[in-house]
Amino acid sequence: MSLTHQDVARIAKLARIAVTDEEIVAVGAQLNNIFSLIEQMQAVDTDGIEPMAHPQDVSLRLRDDVVTESDRRAAFQAIAPQVENGLFLVPKVIE
Amino acid sequence: MKWEVVIGIEVHVQLNTASKIFSGASTAFGAAPNTQASAVELAFPGVLPVLNRAVVDKAIRLGLALDAKINQKNVFARKNYFYPDLPKGYQISQMELPIVEHGKIKILVGDQEKVIGVTRAHMEEDAGKSLHEDFHGLSGIDLNRAGTPLLEVVSEPDMRSVDEALAYVKVLYALVTWLGICDGNMQEGSFRMDVNVSVRPEGQKEFGTRREIKNLNSFRFLEQAAKYEIQWQIDTLEDGGKVQQATVLFDPDSGETRMMRSKEDAHDYRYFPDPDLLPVRISDEQIARIRADLPELPGAMQARFVESYGVSAYDAALLTSSLKQAEYFEAAAKASGQGKLAANWVNGEIAARLNRDGKEIGDCPIDAARLSGLIVRIADGTLSSKLAKQVFEAMWDSELSADAIIERDGLKQVSDVGAIEKMVDEAIAANPKAVEEFRAGKEKALNALAGQVMKASKGKANPAQVQEILKQKLA
Repeated sequence: MSLTHQDVARIAKLARIAVTDEEIVAVGAQLNNIFSLIEQMQAVDTDGIEPMAHPQDVSLRLRDDVVTESDRRAAFQAIAPQVENGLFLVPKVIE
Repeated sequence: MKWEVVIGIEVHVQLNTASKIFSGASTAFGAAPNTQASAVELAFPGVLPVLNRAVVDKAIRLGLALDAKINQKNVFARKNYFYPDLPKGYQISQMELPIVEHGKIKILVGDQEKVIGVTRAHMEEDAGKSLHEDFHGLSGIDLNRAGTPLLEVVSEPDMRSVDEALAYVKVLYALVTWLGICDGNMQEGSFRMDVNVSVRPEGQKEFGTRREIKNLNSFRFLEQAAKYEIQWQIDTLEDGGKVQQATVLFDPDSGETRMMRSKEDAHDYRYFPDPDLLPVRISDEQIARIRADLPELPGAMQARFVESYGVSAYDAALLTSSLKQAEYFEAAAKASGQGKLAANWVNGEIAARLNRDGKEIGDCPIDAARLSGLIVRIADGTLSSKLAKQVFEAMWDSELSADAIIERDGLKQVSDVGAIEKMVDEAIAANPKAVEEFRAGKEKALNALAGQVMKASKGKANPAQVQEILKQKLA
């Protein structure tokens, strides 16, 4: 499998990473290298092997349903670029 | 051409936990903006999610009630997209291994029973809220809701009409509130529905192209939106057009659906297992403990109501539309010993009045004990159904018992044969024409005469007795 120029541009767009045309060529080559490694791995017969969701075979520890956080809005918003009436302000987004 | 409708529904059920799914921040509704957004929801560097045990327990509770498979190993995944109400850049959800799979929900439409498949239910976090007005061209972000635990319940495309879709969401709604895993507050977004709608020529095997109506928060909107969308799709196809796969929004003001995004710019979420969270493992003991703690479920209770109180399947379904309603009915039925009458009153007068006032059974001014007092007086013949309604009215606006009102207003039904005979004689004497018509074989004339007697008694004569005595006298 080989990634086209468009594939790389799309991946970059989905990840919100700005890339120039020259960078796409360079990054595309690197990505294709990674994919060839993946292709090698895919050649291994994994029939009957349960897909692994995490490298360590341990299970998740859970916490009790208790409120432990207090209101730290002032501290958090002190480092926000722009706030108003307790809201974080961001460039306008409407889908 | 005849068209067949195909509907599948995704419901976001907000779980009623005290704290968020991955942090110890409060989930209470209505707090000042961002006062319940912790470093986890704000996605500060280095924070890690820690799963809330109650979310898992509540998901299992629903899974068992849906007669579904509980995946004893299930996995959280990242659903990647950029939107400021989700500062991490991804939503933690479940993809390949959800906690619940292959459940079913039984619905009743008319007297037709149908089983709707529940494909899956998975745990995920809610996003925050964006406000787009009044911020000098900027958007305001409140992350209090971010991280609120949700169960997304996904149905199979098994519904074939808007009525079936409505029945499905109502049964699911009753179930999650019944189980006590969701507060059911639809205005606050505790139960949000996405409806996938397509149409196909009757007899065609393949599904038509679907459009998804997003984020409906009332049953009425669901009904309006689905009806509009179905008609729009049929009109489009009959005009020779094509339906493009798309996501649409319902505008309650215009009653129309409008396109939000087409398939071309649909999201590519690039799911992958979240490395911050290990697989969730659920033991047999945990499942057994939750199963033992399940209440009697609506389906079982319906069957019992039919069996023990002789109510119809239809009435039983209405009575179990909420746990409170079912408990109210059962209390009234037991206290009065009159299951059918109790069902009629709860599903009839009481439901109509509560509906009129926009109230729930919990707000009913007449409690089950007072209602049973009224029912007893109907059953023993003290009150005709007409008088019973009069007493009911008076009870609704007071704290008085049925007996107290009967006594106060002198509403006892007259069952004294002598008194009724006298009124019957008078009615016969005063209405020779009706008598003649009845004797000539016109059954209806008897009702006219009975009406005269009832009027003379000011509605207090026992109607069955009036009919009987009239027939005797005219025979």
